[in-house]
Amino acid sequence: MDTVILISQVLMSLTLVLTFVRVVRGPSLPDRVVALELFSTTVVGLVGLYAIKTGVASFLDAAIVIALMGFLAAIGFARFLERGGPRDD
Amino acid sequence: MIDFIKGSLILVGACLMLLSAIGLLRLPDLLTRMHATTKAAALGVILIMAAVGMHFAQAGVVARAFAIITFILITAPIAAHVIGRAGYFVGTKLWSGTIKDELRPNYDPLTHELKSGLETRENAKRQPRDSDPD
Repeated sequence: MDTVILISQVLMSLTLVLTFVRVVRGPSLPDRVVALELFSTTVVGLVGLYAIKTGVASFLDAAIVIALMGFLAAIGFARFLERGGPRDD
Repeated sequence: MIDFIKGSLILVGACLMLLSAIGLLRLPDLLTRMHATTKAAALGVILIMAAVGMHFAQAGVVARAFAIITFILITAPIAAHVIGRAGYFVGTKLWSGTIKDELRPNYDPLTHELKSGLETRENAKRQPRDSDPD
């Protein structure tokens, strides 16, 4: 079980790195927002893995809050984009 | 046995999240990237949370894991829709291989007005229904 969790943690850390590459390279702001949303989703999964590894179930509360924050950030960025009018980046 | 199920759920979930990151990096435009992140990443988190619920097997923890699953299932499509809409409005370029853009001929980017092409006075009239009070 520990090996499985370790492998999964490595895979998801790789996910974070690849997502960060898209955040840096992303040709436009909506691409970056999509990448940030994947970032928060991955962190939720990592927190779940850590809860299994340590056996402390309270980490799930943090996961709920992170999921909520990611959603609100996505909505806020979309709102900001629509209010901002046409842009060229 | 339950360890095997938990382990495979966790591994498949992690692989799906890696797959979504690869899709985010490799796919050509905003809408296809969004397609990768919403579906694959949501399924990955759902599988991992199912494994968390199976690991602890207490009512409170299972309820919280189920709450996270429901929340992800509800919010992922909403966030994708809102970002895709905003991306279309600010003029993100579509992939050069896009075959059809159904919104382009019906949508006016200046007034944000959407037309179906079927607007006539006849169609705008209200149809009487059976449930109407007399």
